[in-house]
Amino acid sequence: MASQFSTNASVTKTILLPQEEAPAKKLRLTKPSKSAALHIDLCKASNPTDALQYLLHFARSSVEAESVEGVVRILLEHYYKEQDNSVRLKIASLIGLLSKTQNFNPESILDDTLNTFNTEKSHQVLAQLLDTLLVIGTQLPESLIVRHRLIEVAYKHLSDTYFGVRNKCLQLLGCLGNVDTPLNKDGQGLVPAVIGGSAPGVSGGVCVRDAQSLISDYFADQDPRVRTAAIKAMLQLHERGLKIQQTIYDQACQLLCDDYEQVRSAAVQMVWVLSQLYPESIVPIPSSNEQVRLVDDSFGKISHMVSDGSWVVRVQAAKTLGNMLQVSPHFLEQTLDKKLMSDLRRKRTAHERAKELYASGEFSSGRKWADDAPKEKVDTSAVNLIASGACGAFVHGLEDEMYEVRIAAVDALSALAQSSASFAEKCLDFLVDMFNDEIEEVRLQSIHVLRQISTNITLREDQLDTVLAVLEDSSRDIREALHELLCFTNVSTKECIQLALLELLKNLTKYPTDRNSVWKCLKFLGCRHPTLVLPLVPELLSTHPYFHTPEPDMDDPAYIAVLVLVFNAAQSCPTMTALFSDHTFRHYTYLRDSLSHLVPPLRLPGRTQAPGVSGIEGSGSVESAQLFLQQSLSRISTIHNLQDPGAQDLLNFTIRDLQRLGELQTELAGAADFSATYLRCQLLLTKALQEKLWTMAVPLCLKHNAMATAAAKQMLEETYKLEFLYSGLENRQVATIHHVRLQAKALQLVLTARTRRGVEPLISVCEKFLQEVESFQRLFVVELPHLQESFVGKLLDLSPKLSACKPGELVKILQTTLRQSGFLNLQLPKQVQRASATIIEPTGESDNPLRFTSGLVVALDIDATLEHVQDPHNTVKVQVLYPDGQSHVIQPKPGDFRSPGPHRHRLITQVYLSHSAWTEACQIEVRLLLAYSSSRLCKAVWSDSSTEGLQPAEGATEGTIPFGKPVKVFIMPKPARR
Amino acid sequence: MPEIKVTPLGAGQDVGRSCILVSIGGKNIMLDCGMHMGFNDDRRFPDFSYITQQGRLTEFLDCVIISHFHLDHCGALPYMSEMVGYDGPIYMTHPTKAICPILLEDFRKITVDKKGETNFFTSQMIKDCMKKVVPLNLHQTVQVDDELEIKAYYAGHVLGAAMVQIKVGSESVVYTGDYNMTPDRHLGAAWIDKCRPDILISESTYATTIRDSKRCRERDFLKKVHETVERGGKVLIPVFALGRAQELCILLETFWERMNMKAPIYFSTGLTEKANHYYKLFITWTNQKIRKTFVQRNMFEFKHIKAFDRSYADNPGPMVVFATPGMLHAGQSLQIFKKWAGNEKNMIIMPGYCVQGTIGHKILNGQKKLEMENRQTLEVKLQVEYMSFSAHADAKGIMQLIRMAEPRNMLLVHGEAKKMEFLKDKIEQEFTINCFMPANGETTTVITNPSVPVDISLNLLKREMALGGPLPDPKKPRTMHGTLIMKDNSLRLVSPEQALKELGLNEHQLRFTCRVQYRKTEFTIFIVLFDLLLKKCYTIQHLPDGTVMVESIVIKVSSSAEEPNTKVLLLSWSYQDEDLGSFLSTLLKKGLPSGLSSM
Repeated sequence: MASQFSTNASVTKTILLPQEEAPAKKLRLTKPSKSAALHIDLCKASNPTDALQYLLHFARSSVEAESVEGVVRILLEHYYKEQDNSVRLKIASLIGLLSKTQNFNPESILDDTLNTFNTEKSHQVLAQLLDTLLVIGTQLPESLIVRHRLIEVAYKHLSDTYFGVRNKCLQLLGCLGNVDTPLNKDGQGLVPAVIGGSAPGVSGGVCVRDAQSLISDYFADQDPRVRTAAIKAMLQLHERGLKIQQTIYDQACQLLCDDYEQVRSAAVQMVWVLSQLYPESIVPIPSSNEQVRLVDDSFGKISHMVSDGSWVVRVQAAKTLGNMLQVSPHFLEQTLDKKLMSDLRRKRTAHERAKELYASGEFSSGRKWADDAPKEKVDTSAVNLIASGACGAFVHGLEDEMYEVRIAAVDALSALAQSSASFAEKCLDFLVDMFNDEIEEVRLQSIHVLRQISTNITLREDQLDTVLAVLEDSSRDIREALHELLCFTNVSTKECIQLALLELLKNLTKYPTDRNSVWKCLKFLGCRHPTLVLPLVPELLSTHPYFHTPEPDMDDPAYIAVLVLVFNAAQSCPTMTALFSDHTFRHYTYLRDSLSHLVPPLRLPGRTQAPGVSGIEGSGSVESAQLFLQQSLSRISTIHNLQDPGAQDLLNFTIRDLQRLGELQTELAGAADFSATYLRCQLLLTKALQEKLWTMAVPLCLKHNAMATAAAKQMLEETYKLEFLYSGLENRQVATIHHVRLQAKALQLVLTARTRRGVEPLISVCEKFLQEVESFQRLFVVELPHLQESFVGKLLDLSPKLSACKPGELVKILQTTLRQSGFLNLQLPKQVQRASATIIEPTGESDNPLRFTSGLVVALDIDATLEHVQDPHNTVKVQVLYPDGQSHVIQPKPGDFRSPGPHRHRLITQVYLSHSAWTEACQIEVRLLLAYSSSRLCKAVWSDSSTEGLQPAEGATEGTIPFGKPVKVFIMPKPARR
Repeated sequence: MPEIKVTPLGAGQDVGRSCILVSIGGKNIMLDCGMHMGFNDDRRFPDFSYITQQGRLTEFLDCVIISHFHLDHCGALPYMSEMVGYDGPIYMTHPTKAICPILLEDFRKITVDKKGETNFFTSQMIKDCMKKVVPLNLHQTVQVDDELEIKAYYAGHVLGAAMVQIKVGSESVVYTGDYNMTPDRHLGAAWIDKCRPDILISESTYATTIRDSKRCRERDFLKKVHETVERGGKVLIPVFALGRAQELCILLETFWERMNMKAPIYFSTGLTEKANHYYKLFITWTNQKIRKTFVQRNMFEFKHIKAFDRSYADNPGPMVVFATPGMLHAGQSLQIFKKWAGNEKNMIIMPGYCVQGTIGHKILNGQKKLEMENRQTLEVKLQVEYMSFSAHADAKGIMQLIRMAEPRNMLLVHGEAKKMEFLKDKIEQEFTINCFMPANGETTTVITNPSVPVDISLNLLKREMALGGPLPDPKKPRTMHGTLIMKDNSLRLVSPEQALKELGLNEHQLRFTCRVQYRKTEFTIFIVLFDLLLKKCYTIQHLPDGTVMVESIVIKVSSSAEEPNTKVLLLSWSYQDEDLGSFLSTLLKKGLPSGLSSM
């Protein structure tokens, strides 16, 4: 032992003594404090455990970019002295961590790191070192030289006996290796120069053998972990955009039968990648002389994996199937065919039987004893039990024990069905069956999927029957998903409509809270199938040719439901109105007013309607409204300067027009509101500037000042609404909005200058303003040409002068520029949508206060629909406003948001209320807020100003915009009884 | 050659009375010990005299393994262990051990108390028999003795059903018992790893059937029940106490829960309640959903399903009743059926197979008038539905299991001969492995080729490593020198020296020597020869006494006294260097080939 120690000591001395001096010096120059501390710690460490402790401690502190190099040198120095593997391993991992430091170029420590490989014997440490290299390599993706050197190292250690080292080598190759030969040729010139001493034969070897063939050699490694790593490395190559050769397809397919699940799982991905790269190439079928497309072949193979022994692989396979859209329909349809057979005779599936029964005009009376008695005799040799290829893959996947697999299969079905109408038709039965799954998640998912593909299909009566059975489900989500589905469903016969109506009414009586959802569902059913509803009308309205029937109760939700269906059908079926009885017309007018979103306008014989309404709506297609919008905007664009006489009137009228248009034409509401708001901002600005009072001395016009300040404030608010409340904006509009904001800020600045005496506060405000102008310029460089004549354009012309001049001068310049700058035209993007929210629950109509003991909490159920809100999980908040001015903002859980349709979200949540005791019941206000964070879009720059510049309106919280109508709820906290 | 023998005593080309004998690696194992429901005489039990004519079975069997609690798999157990005589271990899973005695006792009661048979096993015998049972856990390897080990896999089918792997050395057999490859409402699917057994013994009840999707069946069932209940009718579901009954209960229970239904569901009491208790206990043996949710709510604690009382049958309004027995031949289910048969609003759903002659069979075949005892006729107006909920693997499931386990040979039992024939062809065609289907009493012999493990001494391995050469390649064999010692049933490979030491033998050295005479003039050849050897990188040592060592070959030059002109070359080499030695000697004897001298 002693002798060993002495020899080691002598070795370290001879090698390291000269090195020790140099880095120590450098260290003192760069950043002595931290690294020096580490150095001392490490020197103090008497045994490996101590050293490890120091290192662990050190790993928790952060290191500045400049001192990284010094620290690494100290670490390496210690590395060579250290005999304990675990300490060396920790050092290696620390180097990797350090090289990730921002603004640090790891190339400087590359050589040192590479040198460690010469002496390292421990496999674990080697693996860690390779990992460090991987980190360094990914930091320097564009340096070809570094890459070649790293690959060189990886290649050298590929034959290591320890699996971890091989794994890391393969990972390195995957992340840094090349496939294309041209790149290598470039490299070839470099490599010998870089490697210098090392034999050129070796480097040549690396270059000639590209990463792909190297990696594929390890597909047959004895260790499953290495095999997995090899496949993953290959996938990594693919992800980096390198083209993988088709030659490895056979190997990959063989790996599908591997003994280890992680290998199989990775192989499924590999096969999929290849099938996407070479879908059309032809592969032979073994043991026959037929050939198939590669994508079909791989589809069959992956389908096979759906019945694998490991559920991880099954999930992977089922997911992957959904991504293979190029597969031929013939193969695709096999996945739903399990080839039923009973006692050697082919049996028809229940689905087939149901279809035939339906076709023969008879309903399925269920299964009889031995009715699945086989008919035709099957040729024994023709029955393929273990299906070659895709046979029944989805049948298996949907029946799987693990719900993860079932969900994956349902998703895959959806993806495939959306791309193929015929497949959609076929998979319908299976999806409908999934409505009966034992896990709610799966049921919900399959309903959603069916809705997504419902454009491709028409439901048969027996299928509709099964679908409707789910309407009685006790889960609200399921029912609502189903209503949503029915909105988009096509049915084939009038019986179907009747059936659907019946079931929906049943649902309504069982769960009265579903009222809105059911009505909406019937609205769409009516719209979609006017001709099918027509023959049902007399029965639905229970009219009789001779007798007067009693007038139904107008408050009955079921009757309203029927009327909604009928009226919506009547919209496109003019003959229907003839069948209405008198009271129906009366009810129509009532409902048209009270439930205008559900009941469409009808042209009724002999009844006049408000001319304005019919005028627009008669011919009032979206196009004409669009045209009107365009015209109004172009009329505005004739204004060059807002100080022009008559400009204000024009603005006023246009704003009025646009608002009205938005009310009438819901499709254009977003665009119209947007433009109106924008114009209002301009109007405010004009008014604030136009006053002759500007010339007067300040003390004389306090009133005007107050008005202008208010205008500036309002403008700012509006700009935030413009920016965050509307979706579909392009960069151009955002620039315009920011421009308005700048104007508002300039106005504020001018006003401050006028009211306040003294230069000190003004200087900082001016600086801030100039910064904002600058950042505006930075953000919207592209848009600047369009802003030539505007306020900003003019400011930027003067910009060199601006930064130099005094606050007083600046204010003067701003004042004149504001007044002289031209009107900036608004360009409307194609689709602007305004975010909106409606609180359905609580309704705010209840007079019964919610009683609870003060100091305790009460939960208030909130149900709201949100439209056109992007990313509601982060932006939508609930605000509760108590009468004493207290307000709470509650962030709902992400799970409380559901997405029933495109651009639509549903918030069902509970907010907890609490307050000290009141003597009387009082109303609290509940509203929804849209939080905007400045990190969106142009963020960082505006973040500080938004909180400071925007004085939040009453009740609004900073950085939030209230949207949707607030709802008032009576609550009554009672004092606790003693 | 080592071989594995399989002899079915029951279930060979037959359903019922499962009992299979396996001899593997010198061990004899009995798999299942069932009875035949169709016979009432001696034929109902397997013929144990096949094993031995007289005396106890203990010395002929190493262990007995029971796959699950169905009587056709465990019904003959007390008879075998107590009446024929067997004292060895009986292996079964925990749920099987719990439920099996209940069923045996029930069976005994019916045969002895009702039919009045004598010479049948007693309650005490059942208890004694159960004392011999050793419980198994899933995936637990149990050492029966030093060489024989068994391991249980999940089989679906019924609660506690298991597939067993039997292993002796590297030979192994997997017996599936009954299994199900599609999961149902309360049990998961059978699973096995890629254990590559020498023989896979699989049931083949549904050898020629590929079943419909289970979801269709479930949906149909629920729809029918739902419709009838909505109409205000009553639904009767005759079931057997265990297995499918629980599945249907869960199906209805969840449906009731989901749909918020109010109509009562009843379950006839007795056996079932005890059984439900065990289902509650053995929650780990059920499927994913039940396992994951039992913390919130145990699925077998039924909320909507209540115990049935005879008087309830006359209650008005809709209801669903599960009643035993399943074939409607006697008992409560028949009583209720008689009461409800007259009303066309009611419905009866037969969830399983019915034997010919039972009322169940008759009504399924559409008979509208039934003759009851004492000459009454019963008009059947209620709706009759059939719905098969069977928990055996279908043909596709069997194939799937074969693909999972990758056996070298296949053996089919528990099925009809004709159907087996078909499946056998299919298996041979798809997997190109041998497939057997022995009849009862017929022995199938499979020759195995087990690998023989040999311990190698670490020193020897290290020495071999030190010799260098490429690293071991698993795909290529490599030769090495060593001594194989066979002692006390173990094989070891050690270095020769160690072997000598262990066996206490002296080492004998074998040396070859030869003399070659030379004339002095020819001696230059010798120098050339050395050059040659040096070039080939042999170590050459000059010893002080004038001899030369080439590796272990000693070359000594001496001039003979008689003929001074000639020199005598003495060559001596050990056995290990035979190649080089003989090469040198021939070279020296023949003289160098002309080509060499020029080198």
